[in-house]
Amino acid sequence: MKTENQKAWFFVAPVLVLVAFNALIPMMTVVNYSVQETFGNNVFFWEGLRWFEELLASERFHAALGRQFLFTGIILAIEIPLGIVIALAMPRKGPWVPVCLVLMALPMLIPWNVVGAMWNIFALPDIGLLGYLMNTTLGIDYDMTQSPFAAWATIITMDVWHWTSLVVLLSYAGLVSIPDAYYQAAKIDGASPFKVFRYIQLPKMKQVLTIAILLRFMDSFNIYTEPFVLTGGGPGNATTLLSIDLVKIALGQFDLGPAAAMSLIYFAITLLVSWLFYTLMTKDDAK
Amino acid sequence: MRKRSLIPIIYILFLLLPIYWLVAMSFKTTNEILAGFSLFPQTFTLDNYTTIFTDPTWYWGYINSIIYVSLNTVISLAVALPAAYAFSRYRFLGDKTLFFWLLTNRMAPAAVFALPFFQLYSAVGLFDTHIAVALAHCLFNIPLAVWILEGFMGGVPKELDETAYVDGYSFPRFFLTIFLPAIKAGVGVAAFFCFMFSWVELLLAKTLTAVEAKPIAATMTKTASSAGYELGLLAAAGTLTIIPGAIVIYFVRNYIAKGFALGRV
Repeated sequence: MKTENQKAWFFVAPVLVLVAFNALIPMMTVVNYSVQETFGNNVFFWEGLRWFEELLASERFHAALGRQFLFTGIILAIEIPLGIVIALAMPRKGPWVPVCLVLMALPMLIPWNVVGAMWNIFALPDIGLLGYLMNTTLGIDYDMTQSPFAAWATIITMDVWHWTSLVVLLSYAGLVSIPDAYYQAAKIDGASPFKVFRYIQLPKMKQVLTIAILLRFMDSFNIYTEPFVLTGGGPGNATTLLSIDLVKIALGQFDLGPAAAMSLIYFAITLLVSWLFYTLMTKDDAK
Repeated sequence: MRKRSLIPIIYILFLLLPIYWLVAMSFKTTNEILAGFSLFPQTFTLDNYTTIFTDPTWYWGYINSIIYVSLNTVISLAVALPAAYAFSRYRFLGDKTLFFWLLTNRMAPAAVFALPFFQLYSAVGLFDTHIAVALAHCLFNIPLAVWILEGFMGGVPKELDETAYVDGYSFPRFFLTIFLPAIKAGVGVAAFFCFMFSWVELLLAKTLTAVEAKPIAATMTKTASSAGYELGLLAAAGTLTIIPGAIVIYFVRNYIAKGFALGRV
Protein backbone atom coordinates (compact mmCIF):
# COMPACT_ATOMS: atom_id res chain seq x y z
CA MET A 1 0.00 0.00 0.00
CA LYS A 2 1.29 3.45 -0.84
CA THR A 3 1.78 5.96 1.96
CA GLU A 4 0.44 9.47 1.83
CA ASN A 5 3.34 11.94 1.55
CA GLN A 6 3.00 15.43 0.10
CA LYS A 7 6.78 15.87 0.05
CA ALA A 8 6.79 13.52 -2.94
CA TRP A 9 6.10 16.68 -4.95
CA PHE A 10 9.77 17.62 -4.54
CA PHE A 11 10.70 14.43 -6.40
CA VAL A 12 8.30 15.23 -9.19
CA ALA A 13 9.19 18.93 -9.48
CA PRO A 14 12.12 18.62 -11.96
CA VAL A 15 10.00 16.55 -14.34
CA LEU A 16 7.18 19.02 -13.98
CA VAL A 17 9.41 22.03 -14.77
CA LEU A 18 11.02 20.44 -17.83
CA VAL A 19 7.85 19.06 -19.33
CA ALA A 20 5.90 22.22 -18.57
CA PHE A 21 8.54 24.31 -20.34
CA ASN A 22 8.23 22.08 -23.40
CA ALA A 23 4.50 21.56 -23.31
CA LEU A 24 2.74 24.56 -21.77
CA ILE A 25 4.58 27.44 -23.45
CA PRO A 26 4.28 26.02 -27.00
CA MET A 27 0.69 25.05 -26.29
CA MET A 28 -0.12 28.61 -25.21
CA THR A 29 1.51 29.87 -28.41
CA VAL A 30 -0.74 27.57 -30.40
CA VAL A 31 -3.85 28.70 -28.51
CA ASN A 32 -2.79 32.30 -29.09
CA TYR A 33 -2.42 31.82 -32.85
CA SER A 34 -5.65 29.90 -33.13
CA VAL A 35 -7.80 32.94 -32.38
CA GLN A 36 -5.87 35.47 -34.48
CA GLU A 37 -5.03 36.36 -38.07
CA THR A 38 -1.53 37.48 -39.03
CA PHE A 39 -0.05 39.06 -42.15
CA GLY A 40 3.51 38.70 -40.94
CA ASN A 41 5.71 41.27 -39.17
CA ASN A 42 4.11 40.29 -35.87
CA VAL A 43 0.87 42.11 -36.66
CA PHE A 44 -2.10 40.20 -35.30
CA PHE A 45 -5.87 40.64 -35.50
CA TRP A 46 -8.44 39.06 -33.23
CA GLU A 47 -10.53 36.49 -35.05
CA GLY A 48 -12.33 34.70 -32.24
CA LEU A 49 -13.50 31.23 -33.17
CA ARG A 50 -13.49 31.84 -36.92
CA TRP A 51 -10.69 29.36 -37.70
CA PHE A 52 -12.34 26.62 -35.68
CA GLU A 53 -15.68 27.14 -37.43
CA GLU A 54 -14.08 27.21 -40.86
CA LEU A 55 -11.98 24.16 -40.17
CA LEU A 56 -14.81 22.03 -38.81
CA ALA A 57 -16.82 22.85 -41.94
CA SER A 58 -13.95 22.42 -44.40
CA GLU A 59 -13.93 19.44 -46.72
CA ARG A 60 -10.17 19.38 -46.84
CA PHE A 61 -10.01 18.75 -43.09
CA HIS A 62 -12.74 16.10 -43.23
CA ALA A 63 -10.88 14.32 -46.00
CA ALA A 64 -7.54 14.38 -44.15
CA LEU A 65 -9.21 13.23 -40.93
CA GLY A 66 -11.00 10.45 -42.79
CA ARG A 67 -7.76 9.27 -44.37
CA GLN A 68 -6.10 9.39 -40.95
CA PHE A 69 -8.76 7.20 -39.31
CA LEU A 70 -8.70 4.83 -42.29
CA PHE A 71 -4.92 4.50 -42.03
CA THR A 72 -4.92 3.98 -38.26
CA GLY A 73 -7.83 1.54 -38.50
CA ILE A 74 -6.19 -0.57 -41.19
CA ILE A 75 -2.79 -0.78 -39.52
CA LEU A 76 -4.36 -1.68 -36.13
CA ALA A 77 -6.49 -4.36 -37.81
CA ILE A 78 -3.38 -5.88 -39.38
CA GLU A 79 -0.67 -5.33 -36.77
CA ILE A 80 -2.50 -6.47 -33.63
CA PRO A 81 -3.67 -9.94 -34.85
CA LEU A 82 -0.46 -10.49 -36.83
CA GLY A 83 1.65 -9.56 -33.80
CA ILE A 84 -0.28 -12.00 -31.59
CA VAL A 85 0.08 -14.84 -34.11
CA ILE A 86 3.85 -14.29 -34.41
CA ALA A 87 4.28 -14.05 -30.62
CA LEU A 88 2.35 -17.33 -30.16
CA ALA A 89 4.59 -19.07 -32.69
CA MET A 90 7.84 -17.88 -31.12
CA PRO A 91 9.97 -20.27 -29.04
CA ARG A 92 9.68 -19.61 -25.29
CA LYS A 93 13.21 -20.67 -24.33
CA GLY A 94 16.52 -21.34 -25.96
CA PRO A 95 19.39 -19.59 -27.71
CA TRP A 96 17.19 -18.35 -30.56
CA VAL A 97 15.00 -16.16 -28.36
CA PRO A 98 17.39 -13.19 -27.99
CA VAL A 99 18.35 -13.45 -31.69
CA CYS A 100 14.68 -13.29 -32.71
CA LEU A 101 13.97 -10.38 -30.36
CA VAL A 102 16.94 -8.30 -31.51
CA LEU A 103 16.21 -8.87 -35.22
CA MET A 104 12.56 -8.05 -34.71
CA ALA A 105 13.30 -4.84 -32.84
CA LEU A 106 15.70 -3.64 -35.53
CA PRO A 107 13.16 -1.76 -37.73
CA MET A 108 12.04 0.31 -34.72
CA LEU A 109 15.56 1.67 -34.22
CA ILE A 110 15.94 3.14 -37.69
CA PRO A 111 15.37 6.91 -37.96
CA TRP A 112 11.93 7.54 -39.39
CA ASN A 113 13.06 9.37 -42.50
CA VAL A 114 15.52 6.57 -43.23
CA VAL A 115 12.57 4.19 -43.01
CA GLY A 116 10.77 6.31 -45.59
CA ALA A 117 13.86 6.58 -47.81
CA MET A 118 14.53 2.85 -47.49
CA TRP A 119 11.02 1.95 -48.63
CA ASN A 120 11.26 4.50 -51.40
CA ILE A 121 14.40 2.82 -52.74
CA PHE A 122 12.80 -0.60 -52.16
CA ALA A 123 9.67 0.29 -54.12
CA LEU A 124 11.21 2.11 -57.12
CA PRO A 125 9.46 0.58 -60.15
CA ASP A 126 12.53 -0.29 -62.27
CA ILE A 127 15.42 -0.58 -59.85
CA GLY A 128 13.87 -1.34 -56.44
CA LEU A 129 13.55 -4.93 -55.30
CA LEU A 130 9.82 -4.67 -54.53
CA GLY A 131 9.02 -2.59 -57.59
CA TYR A 132 10.99 -4.93 -59.85
CA LEU A 133 9.34 -8.03 -58.40
CA MET A 134 5.87 -6.57 -58.82
CA ASN A 135 6.29 -5.12 -62.30
CA THR A 136 8.66 -7.50 -64.03
CA THR A 137 8.41 -10.82 -62.21
CA LEU A 138 4.73 -10.81 -61.27
CA GLY A 139 3.56 -8.52 -64.05
CA ILE A 140 1.45 -6.35 -61.75
CA ASP A 141 1.41 -2.68 -62.67
CA TYR A 142 2.89 -1.05 -59.58
CA ASP A 143 4.00 2.56 -59.28
CA MET A 144 3.14 4.46 -56.15
CA THR A 145 3.74 7.85 -57.73
CA GLN A 146 0.91 7.10 -60.18
CA SER A 147 -1.63 4.92 -58.43
CA PRO A 148 -3.25 5.96 -55.13
CA PHE A 149 -3.94 2.30 -54.38
CA ALA A 150 -0.26 1.39 -54.77
CA ALA A 151 0.69 4.36 -52.57
CA TRP A 152 -1.71 3.23 -49.83
CA ALA A 153 -0.58 -0.38 -50.08
CA THR A 154 3.02 0.78 -49.74
CA ILE A 155 2.56 3.05 -46.70
CA ILE A 156 0.52 0.34 -44.95
CA THR A 157 3.10 -2.37 -45.72
CA MET A 158 5.79 0.01 -44.51
CA ASP A 159 4.00 0.63 -41.21
CA VAL A 160 3.35 -3.09 -40.73
CA TRP A 161 7.05 -3.68 -41.39
CA HIS A 162 8.04 -0.89 -39.01
CA TRP A 163 5.78 -1.49 -36.01
CA THR A 164 4.32 -5.04 -35.92
CA SER A 165 7.35 -6.02 -33.83
CA LEU A 166 6.14 -3.74 -31.05
CA VAL A 167 2.96 -5.83 -30.77
CA VAL A 168 5.01 -9.04 -31.03
CA LEU A 169 7.37 -8.01 -28.23
CA LEU A 170 4.55 -6.87 -25.96
CA SER A 171 2.47 -10.02 -26.53
CA TYR A 172 5.56 -12.14 -26.08
CA ALA A 173 6.30 -10.46 -22.75
CA GLY A 174 2.76 -11.31 -21.65
CA LEU A 175 3.04 -14.90 -22.82
CA VAL A 176 6.32 -15.73 -21.08
CA SER A 177 4.84 -14.51 -17.79
CA ILE A 178 2.30 -17.40 -17.81
CA PRO A 179 3.44 -20.14 -15.41
CA ASP A 180 3.83 -23.66 -16.86
CA ALA A 181 1.30 -24.96 -14.33
CA TYR A 182 -1.51 -23.24 -16.28
CA TYR A 183 -0.65 -25.20 -19.43
CA GLN A 184 -0.34 -28.46 -17.49
CA ALA A 185 -3.76 -27.93 -15.94
CA ALA A 186 -5.20 -27.22 -19.39
CA LYS A 187 -3.62 -30.44 -20.71
CA ILE A 188 -5.16 -32.51 -17.92
CA ASP A 189 -8.55 -30.96 -18.67
CA GLY A 190 -8.04 -31.80 -22.34
CA ALA A 191 -8.48 -28.21 -23.49
CA SER A 192 -8.12 -27.56 -27.24
CA PRO A 193 -5.40 -25.15 -28.42
CA PHE A 194 -8.10 -22.59 -29.15
CA LYS A 195 -9.46 -22.86 -25.60
CA VAL A 196 -5.93 -22.50 -24.20
CA PHE A 197 -5.60 -19.32 -26.25
CA ARG A 198 -9.04 -17.99 -25.35
CA TYR A 199 -9.02 -18.73 -21.60
CA ILE A 200 -5.33 -18.71 -20.61
CA GLN A 201 -3.18 -16.78 -23.07
CA LEU A 202 -5.54 -14.00 -24.14
CA PRO A 203 -6.53 -12.91 -20.59
CA LYS A 204 -2.83 -12.85 -19.62
CA MET A 205 -2.03 -10.73 -22.65
CA LYS A 206 -4.93 -8.35 -22.12
CA GLN A 207 -2.96 -5.71 -20.27
CA VAL A 208 0.06 -5.68 -22.56
CA LEU A 209 -2.26 -5.64 -25.56
CA THR A 210 -3.96 -2.55 -24.20
CA ILE A 211 -0.55 -0.88 -24.02
CA ALA A 212 0.17 -2.06 -27.57
CA ILE A 213 -3.10 -0.70 -28.92
CA LEU A 214 -2.63 2.57 -27.04
CA LEU A 215 0.93 3.08 -28.32
CA ARG A 216 0.07 2.04 -31.86
CA PHE A 217 -2.96 4.30 -31.90
CA MET A 218 -1.03 7.35 -30.67
CA ASP A 219 1.96 6.85 -32.93
CA SER A 220 0.06 5.97 -36.09
CA PHE A 221 -2.34 8.83 -35.55
CA ASN A 222 0.59 11.25 -35.26
CA ILE A 223 2.62 9.71 -38.09
CA TYR A 224 4.39 12.25 -40.29
CA THR A 225 7.95 11.57 -41.39
CA GLU A 226 7.67 8.09 -42.92
CA PRO A 227 4.74 8.69 -45.31
CA PHE A 228 6.03 12.19 -46.06
CA VAL A 229 9.40 10.89 -47.22
CA LEU A 230 7.84 7.90 -48.99
CA THR A 231 5.00 9.49 -50.94
CA GLY A 232 5.04 13.19 -50.02
CA GLY A 233 1.29 12.86 -49.46
CA GLY A 234 0.66 11.95 -53.08
CA PRO A 235 -0.29 11.08 -55.69
CA GLY A 236 -2.46 14.17 -55.48
CA ASN A 237 -3.70 14.18 -51.92
CA ALA A 238 -4.27 10.44 -51.71
CA THR A 239 -1.91 9.82 -48.79
CA THR A 240 -2.01 13.28 -47.18
CA LEU A 241 -2.58 12.22 -43.57
CA LEU A 242 -3.49 14.69 -40.85
CA SER A 243 0.07 15.61 -39.79
CA ILE A 244 1.21 16.06 -43.39
CA ASP A 245 -1.71 18.39 -44.07
CA LEU A 246 -1.01 20.30 -40.87
CA VAL A 247 2.64 20.90 -41.76
CA LYS A 248 1.59 21.94 -45.27
CA ILE A 249 -0.72 24.61 -43.82
CA ALA A 250 1.62 25.76 -41.04
CA LEU A 251 5.01 25.81 -42.74
CA GLY A 252 4.10 25.61 -46.42
CA GLN A 253 1.37 28.22 -46.62
CA PHE A 254 2.31 29.87 -43.30
CA ASP A 255 -1.37 30.14 -42.34
CA LEU A 256 -0.67 30.21 -38.63
CA GLY A 257 -4.23 30.75 -37.42
CA PRO A 258 -5.91 27.87 -39.25
CA ALA A 259 -2.90 25.62 -38.59
CA ALA A 260 -3.10 26.37 -34.85
CA ALA A 261 -6.85 25.70 -34.75
CA MET A 262 -6.22 22.43 -36.57
CA SER A 263 -3.44 21.51 -34.10
CA LEU A 264 -5.80 21.95 -31.16
CA ILE A 265 -8.60 19.88 -32.69
CA TYR A 266 -6.07 17.24 -33.73
CA PHE A 267 -4.60 17.04 -30.24
CA ALA A 268 -8.08 16.92 -28.69
CA ILE A 269 -9.05 13.90 -30.81
CA THR A 270 -5.83 12.05 -29.94
CA LEU A 271 -6.33 12.87 -26.27
CA LEU A 272 -9.94 11.74 -26.20
CA VAL A 273 -9.28 8.35 -27.78
CA SER A 274 -6.13 7.80 -25.70
CA TRP A 275 -8.02 8.70 -22.53
CA LEU A 276 -10.54 5.98 -23.29
CA PHE A 277 -7.70 3.44 -23.54
CA TYR A 278 -6.00 4.78 -20.43
CA THR A 279 -9.21 4.41 -18.42
CA LEU A 280 -9.43 0.80 -19.56
CA MET A 281 -5.81 0.18 -18.57
CA THR A 282 -6.04 1.66 -15.08
CA LYS A 283 -9.27 -0.24 -14.51
CA ASP A 284 -7.23 -3.41 -15.00
CA ASP A 285 -4.45 -2.13 -12.77
CA ALA A 286 -6.88 -1.62 -9.92
CA LYS A 287 -8.10 -5.22 -10.00
CA MET B 1 6.23 -27.55 -33.51
CA ARG B 2 8.48 -27.41 -36.59
CA LYS B 3 5.77 -25.84 -38.72
CA ARG B 4 5.11 -23.20 -36.12
CA SER B 5 8.64 -21.86 -36.16
CA LEU B 6 8.17 -21.04 -39.84
CA ILE B 7 6.01 -18.05 -38.91
CA PRO B 8 8.74 -16.10 -37.05
CA ILE B 9 11.28 -17.07 -39.72
CA ILE B 10 9.13 -15.73 -42.56
CA TYR B 11 8.39 -12.60 -40.56
CA ILE B 12 12.08 -11.93 -39.88
CA LEU B 13 12.89 -12.47 -43.57
CA PHE B 14 10.21 -9.90 -44.43
CA LEU B 15 11.83 -7.48 -41.95
CA LEU B 16 15.30 -8.01 -43.37
CA LEU B 17 14.39 -7.67 -47.04
CA PRO B 18 14.18 -3.84 -47.26
CA ILE B 19 17.24 -3.58 -44.99
CA TYR B 20 19.15 -5.90 -47.32
CA TRP B 21 18.15 -3.75 -50.28
CA LEU B 22 19.40 -0.60 -48.55
CA VAL B 23 22.74 -2.21 -47.70
CA ALA B 24 23.11 -3.68 -51.21
CA MET B 25 22.42 -0.26 -52.75
CA SER B 26 25.08 1.34 -50.57
CA PHE B 27 27.78 -0.86 -52.16
CA LYS B 28 26.72 -0.09 -55.73
CA THR B 29 28.08 2.66 -57.95
CA THR B 30 25.65 5.34 -59.12
CA ASN B 31 26.05 4.06 -62.69
CA GLU B 32 25.08 0.57 -61.70
CA ILE B 33 22.03 1.76 -59.77
CA LEU B 34 20.74 3.84 -62.66
CA ALA B 35 21.60 1.21 -65.28
CA GLY B 36 18.91 -1.15 -64.04
CA PHE B 37 17.99 -3.91 -61.65
CA SER B 38 20.67 -6.11 -60.05
CA LEU B 39 20.11 -8.29 -57.01
CA PHE B 40 23.73 -8.14 -55.84
CA PRO B 41 26.26 -5.32 -56.33
CA GLN B 42 28.07 -6.10 -59.60
CA THR B 43 31.00 -3.75 -59.07
CA PHE B 44 31.41 -3.71 -55.31
CA THR B 45 32.46 -0.22 -54.16
CA LEU B 46 33.16 1.51 -50.86
CA ASP B 47 33.14 4.98 -52.46
CA ASN B 48 29.84 5.96 -50.87
CA TYR B 49 31.21 5.23 -47.40
CA THR B 50 34.50 6.98 -48.17
CA THR B 51 32.55 10.12 -49.11
CA ILE B 52 30.67 10.08 -45.81
CA PHE B 53 33.73 9.53 -43.66
CA THR B 54 35.78 12.24 -45.36
CA ASP B 55 33.16 14.98 -45.78
CA PRO B 56 32.65 16.96 -42.54
CA THR B 57 29.03 17.89 -43.34
CA TRP B 58 28.32 14.14 -43.41
CA TYR B 59 30.24 12.82 -40.45
CA TRP B 60 29.39 15.80 -38.28
CA GLY B 61 25.77 14.87 -38.79
CA TYR B 62 26.45 11.61 -36.97
CA ILE B 63 28.41 13.31 -34.20
CA ASN B 64 25.63 15.88 -33.72
CA SER B 65 22.96 13.21 -33.51
CA ILE B 66 24.94 11.17 -31.01
CA ILE B 67 25.63 14.25 -28.84
CA TYR B 68 22.01 15.32 -28.48
CA VAL B 69 20.71 11.77 -28.10
CA SER B 70 23.19 11.10 -25.26
CA LEU B 71 22.38 14.43 -23.59
CA ASN B 72 18.69 13.66 -23.80
CA THR B 73 19.11 10.18 -22.32
CA VAL B 74 21.09 11.54 -19.36
CA ILE B 75 18.65 14.40 -18.65
CA SER B 76 15.57 12.22 -19.03
CA LEU B 77 16.85 9.55 -16.66
CA ALA B 78 18.16 12.01 -14.09
CA VAL B 79 14.79 13.69 -13.64
CA ALA B 80 12.60 10.64 -14.27
CA LEU B 81 14.21 8.46 -11.56
CA PRO B 82 13.07 10.46 -8.51
CA ALA B 83 9.68 11.17 -10.09
CA ALA B 84 9.07 7.51 -10.85
CA TYR B 85 10.03 6.68 -7.26
CA ALA B 86 7.48 9.19 -5.98
CA PHE B 87 4.73 7.77 -8.22
CA SER B 88 5.51 4.19 -7.27
CA ARG B 89 5.83 4.69 -3.48
CA TYR B 90 3.68 7.61 -2.39
CA ARG B 91 0.19 8.97 -2.71
CA PHE B 92 0.10 12.75 -2.99
CA LEU B 93 -2.28 15.49 -4.00
CA GLY B 94 -2.95 15.30 -7.73
CA ASP B 95 -0.73 12.28 -8.39
CA LYS B 96 -3.11 10.52 -10.78
CA THR B 97 -3.89 13.70 -12.72
CA LEU B 98 -0.20 14.52 -12.98
CA PHE B 99 0.64 11.03 -14.24
CA PHE B 100 -2.00 11.26 -16.95
CA TRP B 101 -0.94 14.78 -17.88
CA LEU B 102 2.62 13.53 -18.36
CA LEU B 103 1.34 10.78 -20.62
CA THR B 104 -0.66 13.23 -22.73
CA ASN B 105 2.64 14.73 -23.83
CA ARG B 106 3.58 11.37 -25.29
CA MET B 107 0.42 11.72 -27.41
CA ALA B 108 1.04 15.20 -28.79
CA PRO B 109 1.72 15.12 -32.52
CA ALA B 110 5.22 16.50 -33.11
CA ALA B 111 3.83 18.43 -36.08
CA VAL B 112 1.70 20.47 -33.65
CA PHE B 113 4.77 21.60 -31.75
CA ALA B 114 7.22 22.21 -34.58
CA LEU B 115 6.61 25.93 -35.11
CA PRO B 116 6.09 26.99 -31.45
CA PHE B 117 9.23 25.05 -30.52
CA PHE B 118 11.21 26.94 -33.11
CA GLN B 119 9.98 30.24 -31.68
CA LEU B 120 10.46 29.21 -28.05
CA TYR B 121 14.03 27.98 -28.48
CA SER B 122 14.94 30.98 -30.64
CA ALA B 123 13.56 33.28 -27.94
CA VAL B 124 15.69 31.73 -25.20
CA GLY B 125 18.75 31.76 -27.49
CA LEU B 126 19.18 28.01 -27.75
CA PHE B 127 18.34 27.62 -31.42
CA ASP B 128 20.79 25.38 -33.31
CA THR B 129 22.39 23.91 -30.20
CA HIS B 130 22.55 20.28 -29.11
CA ILE B 131 20.94 21.07 -25.80
CA ALA B 132 17.86 22.50 -27.55
CA VAL B 133 17.14 19.22 -29.31
CA ALA B 134 17.94 17.26 -26.15
CA LEU B 135 15.48 19.36 -24.13
CA ALA B 136 12.81 19.25 -26.82
CA HIS B 137 12.97 15.46 -26.96
CA CYS B 138 12.37 15.43 -23.20
CA LEU B 139 8.76 16.25 -24.07
CA PHE B 140 8.05 12.65 -25.03
CA ASN B 141 11.01 10.82 -23.45
CA ILE B 142 10.52 11.91 -19.83
CA PRO B 143 6.90 10.68 -19.68
CA LEU B 144 7.99 7.40 -21.25
CA ALA B 145 10.95 7.02 -18.86
CA VAL B 146 8.71 7.75 -15.85
CA TRP B 147 6.19 5.21 -17.10
CA ILE B 148 8.77 2.45 -17.62
CA LEU B 149 10.69 3.11 -14.39
CA GLU B 150 7.48 3.24 -12.37
CA GLY B 151 6.58 -0.18 -13.77
CA PHE B 152 9.92 -1.69 -12.80
CA MET B 153 9.94 0.00 -9.36
CA GLY B 154 6.49 -1.41 -8.65
CA GLY B 155 8.07 -4.87 -8.86
CA VAL B 156 10.48 -4.10 -5.99
CA PRO B 157 8.86 -4.91 -2.62
CA LYS B 158 8.39 -1.98 -0.29
CA GLU B 159 10.02 -3.98 2.51
CA LEU B 160 13.37 -3.21 0.85
CA ASP B 161 12.91 0.51 1.54
CA GLU B 162 11.72 -0.08 5.10
CA THR B 163 14.55 -2.45 5.99
CA ALA B 164 17.07 0.07 4.74
CA TYR B 165 15.62 2.83 6.94
CA VAL B 166 15.61 0.52 9.98
CA ASP B 167 19.28 -0.18 9.25
CA GLY B 168 19.91 3.57 9.39
CA TYR B 169 20.46 4.33 5.72
CA SER B 170 19.85 7.92 4.66
CA PHE B 171 17.56 8.35 1.65
CA PRO B 172 20.24 9.30 -0.93
CA ARG B 173 22.49 6.45 0.24
CA PHE B 174 19.62 3.98 0.10
CA PHE B 175 18.54 5.17 -3.34
CA LEU B 176 22.01 5.02 -4.88
CA THR B 177 23.47 1.93 -3.23
CA ILE B 178 20.43 -0.31 -2.73
CA PHE B 179 17.47 0.80 -4.82
CA LEU B 180 19.23 1.64 -8.09
CA PRO B 181 21.05 -1.70 -8.29
CA ALA B 182 17.71 -3.43 -7.62
CA ILE B 183 16.12 -1.83 -10.68
CA LYS B 184 19.17 -1.67 -12.93
CA ALA B 185 17.39 -3.65 -15.65
CA GLY B 186 14.66 -1.01 -15.63
CA VAL B 187 17.20 1.81 -15.86
CA GLY B 188 18.87 0.06 -18.80
CA VAL B 189 15.57 -0.40 -20.56
CA ALA B 190 14.48 3.20 -19.91
CA ALA B 191 17.83 4.46 -21.24
CA PHE B 192 17.39 2.28 -24.30
CA PHE B 193 13.95 3.71 -25.01
CA CYS B 194 15.10 7.31 -24.54
CA PHE B 195 17.98 6.65 -26.90
CA MET B 196 15.68 4.98 -29.40
CA PHE B 197 12.99 7.66 -29.58
CA SER B 198 15.48 10.52 -29.62
CA TRP B 199 17.51 8.77 -32.34
CA VAL B 200 14.57 8.10 -34.66
CA GLU B 201 12.77 11.45 -34.28
CA LEU B 202 13.52 13.95 -36.99
CA LEU B 203 10.81 16.59 -37.30
CA LEU B 204 11.70 18.46 -34.09
CA ALA B 205 15.43 17.85 -34.45
CA LYS B 206 15.34 19.33 -37.92
CA THR B 207 13.18 22.29 -36.90
CA LEU B 208 15.48 23.25 -34.03
CA THR B 209 18.78 23.11 -35.90
CA ALA B 210 20.38 24.81 -38.87
CA VAL B 211 24.11 24.17 -39.17
CA GLU B 212 25.89 23.63 -35.87
CA ALA B 213 23.77 20.83 -34.47
CA LYS B 214 22.18 19.42 -37.60
CA PRO B 215 21.30 15.72 -37.23
CA ILE B 216 22.46 13.13 -39.73
CA ALA B 217 18.93 12.38 -40.81
CA ALA B 218 18.46 16.02 -41.88
CA THR B 219 21.72 15.97 -43.82
CA MET B 220 20.29 13.03 -45.72
CA THR B 221 17.08 14.83 -46.63
CA LYS B 222 19.06 17.71 -48.00
CA THR B 223 21.26 15.46 -50.14
CA ALA B 224 18.24 13.65 -51.49
CA SER B 225 16.76 16.86 -52.80
CA SER B 226 19.77 18.99 -53.73
CA ALA B 227 22.40 16.66 -55.17
CA GLY B 228 20.04 14.98 -57.59
CA TYR B 229 19.70 11.26 -57.44
CA GLU B 230 22.64 10.04 -55.40
CA LEU B 231 20.91 6.92 -54.22
CA GLY B 232 24.09 5.05 -53.35
CA LEU B 233 25.26 7.80 -51.01
CA LEU B 234 21.81 8.04 -49.45
CA ALA B 235 21.74 4.26 -48.93
CA ALA B 236 25.20 4.30 -47.32
CA ALA B 237 24.17 7.09 -44.93
CA GLY B 238 20.97 5.19 -44.11
CA THR B 239 22.87 1.98 -43.45
CA LEU B 240 25.15 3.81 -41.01
CA THR B 241 22.13 5.11 -39.04
CA ILE B 242 21.06 1.51 -38.32
CA ILE B 243 24.33 0.64 -36.56
CA PRO B 244 24.00 2.65 -33.29
CA GLY B 245 20.53 1.18 -32.70
CA ALA B 246 21.80 -2.32 -33.32
CA ILE B 247 24.59 -1.77 -30.80
CA VAL B 248 22.35 -0.45 -28.01
CA ILE B 249 19.76 -3.13 -28.50
CA TYR B 250 22.42 -5.80 -28.01
CA PHE B 251 22.97 -4.59 -24.44
CA VAL B 252 19.33 -4.85 -23.41
CA ARG B 253 18.49 -8.00 -25.41
CA ASN B 254 17.50 -10.03 -22.35
CA TYR B 255 15.17 -7.37 -20.97
CA ILE B 256 13.73 -6.12 -24.21
CA ALA B 257 10.42 -7.99 -24.07
CA LYS B 258 9.78 -6.87 -20.50
CA GLY B 259 10.90 -3.37 -21.43
CA PHE B 260 8.42 -3.07 -24.26
CA ALA B 261 5.72 -4.09 -21.78
CA LEU B 262 6.91 -1.04 -19.75
CA GLY B 263 7.93 -3.32 -16.89
CA ARG B 264 4.34 -4.32 -16.33
CA VAL B 265 4.40 -8.12 -16.70
